[in-house]
Amino acid sequence: MRVVFASGKGGTGKTLLSTSLALHMSRAGSRVTYADADVEEPNGHVFLRPTNVVKSLVTVPLPVMVMPTCSGCGLCQEFCEFNAVISLKDRAVVFPELCHGCGGCLLVCPEYVLGERGRDVGVMTRGRSGDMDFRMATLHVGEARSAPLIEALTSSLPADGVVIVDAPPGTSCSTMAAVRGADLVVLATEPTPFGIHDLKLAVGMTRALNVPSVVVVNRADLGSPHVLDLLEKEGLEVLASIPHERAIAEAYAHGEMALDVSPSLRRAIESLERRILQ
Amino acid sequence: MRQIAIISGKGGTGKTSIVASLFALAGRAVAVDCDVDAADLALVVPGDDVLREPFVAGRKAVLDCESCAACAECVSACRSGALELDTDTETIRVDPLRCEGCGVCGLVCPMGCVSYRDNVAGEWMVRRTSSGILVHAALGIAQDNSGKLVAHIREEARRLAKAEGHDLILIDGPPGIGCPVHAAITGADLLLVVTEPTLSGEHDLIRVMDLADHFMLDVNVLINKHDLAPRLTSRIEALCARRGVDVVGRLPFDPAVPVALSRGELPLVVESVAPHLHALGIALLGRQHVSPGVLPRREARPVDRGAVDD
Ligand code: SF4
Ligand code: SF4
Ligand code: SF4
Ligand code: SF4
Repeated sequence: MRVVFASGKGGTGKTLLSTSLALHMSRAGSRVTYADADVEEPNGHVFLRPTNVVKSLVTVPLPVMVMPTCSGCGLCQEFCEFNAVISLKDRAVVFPELCHGCGGCLLVCPEYVLGERGRDVGVMTRGRSGDMDFRMATLHVGEARSAPLIEALTSSLPADGVVIVDAPPGTSCSTMAAVRGADLVVLATEPTPFGIHDLKLAVGMTRALNVPSVVVVNRADLGSPHVLDLLEKEGLEVLASIPHERAIAEAYAHGEMALDVSPSLRRAIESLERRILQ
Repeated sequence: MRQIAIISGKGGTGKTSIVASLFALAGRAVAVDCDVDAADLALVVPGDDVLREPFVAGRKAVLDCESCAACAECVSACRSGALELDTDTETIRVDPLRCEGCGVCGLVCPMGCVSYRDNVAGEWMVRRTSSGILVHAALGIAQDNSGKLVAHIREEARRLAKAEGHDLILIDGPPGIGCPVHAAITGADLLLVVTEPTLSGEHDLIRVMDLADHFMLDVNVLINKHDLAPRLTSRIEALCARRGVDVVGRLPFDPAVPVALSRGELPLVVESVAPHLHALGIALLGRQHVSPGVLPRREARPVDRGAVDD
């Protein structure tokens, strides 16, 4: 069972919910894997504090010249849709940050001078947090494309047990890479006009990917009271709402788990658990 | 022309409402909402869109041809996993959400089956408001190309600013540190990072400052909701001091802010926050650029703003 936490905008409580659910289900005896796929700004480790950490580099293929016999014919440059390679008189120059690693230039080169090497784009971390299996991926600063790193993380996740994924905010390629393959998507939102606008976009994304989604409203008492009606009118299943609580803010600020200090958070997590186990 | 980019690392730190407030305070500027995944600035900047244009970027493979030999050459060559052979009908299915338009399938197909169609990645709009011009955009749901759309609307903003004599561009940046953020901040004169006093906020701030170093940009920091955790606020201030980054402002936490936002009003109407926003506007834009006309219109209800880290 893979549960992915996503949201149209950031800061709506994705990490709070995903780490709390992981801890709760792990304590209850489920085999839990927590994966932080918010690779640009991963925060799950701040709360779950993994130990026995092993790190490895994640690479993507990058074309390089493996033979010195380039004729400067320019076919590679002509083919590349992403303007990532230019051909000079006797060599081809690849711009790593533009390259999508499609492999096309290798195929078109009549002189077979291009090969590939791995170029690292981020770090994969594995460890333990209590009884939980902990994973996260971290994009190198300055790197532009996070989707390949997220795919490397999600494709390494186990097929059994409860797998909880914290996705990056938004609705575009990197979020989709984390949401694909989910059995359930939990969308965290807030009852502000921003929250609702972005929630609608996130719902559009889950529908385009054909994955079921439920909504959790965070800081439900700050903002517009009509939000819940509005969500139900849109045909969304609102699974839980959590009020703005000092105890939650306090624990969150210090990287502590709020689960044990907030009964309302615990109730929300329990309803998520029931929905997952049903 | 001065360009100030406002970003936050992670979202939810109040960035958009701060950009909207600065825009209102400046009174005469161009604002660009570069968070094209979740464009929210237009929700709090009233006005009419006077222009709405589709944004075409990239292309998608189209595979439907009579002569397909179902050899699946294309399927194994596609590294995006966008192609699939339907063994019942012996046809190839394209998943347009995965296709990057690289052209490899067309290259390898022996039967010349592949064509490509232009991809409409989203749309962009120009809005006229009492404070100037807002350029905003909406990336199509489940679309790639956010970086290109960001670059495009920034160019439009620059063009409009020049044409209409505005000397300030305010950029509302996307979350994260990846491609759309690069497009939003390159060439900016100043990066204002909005953070909040939490451990994760601090962690995100460090990554954003590293990114700013990578692009060699000047950084200022604004600590939002600073009174929620004074000790973490001091820690962030110490971090900024160590890295030679100015903390240009601190805003208190007030639950009246989200309440105001849900009425479509800016934090400038909240009494506890407004003076700090004015001070921020003066620090960033210069006194001569901050219009004195924007003052609180409604009294905020008193609140307990007890710190959470005492
Ligand atoms: S691998 Fe593809 S994207 Fe990269 S340079 Fe070659 S053709 Fe361009
Ligand atoms: S296609 Fe091959 S031979 Fe031609 S310019 Fe590119 S690398 Fe050189
Ligand atoms: S254009 Fe590239 S990504 Fe799209 S289907 Fe063809 S090979 Fe795959
Ligand atoms: S390579 Fe061409 S002929 Fe072969 S399966 Fe693909 S579309 Fe059909």
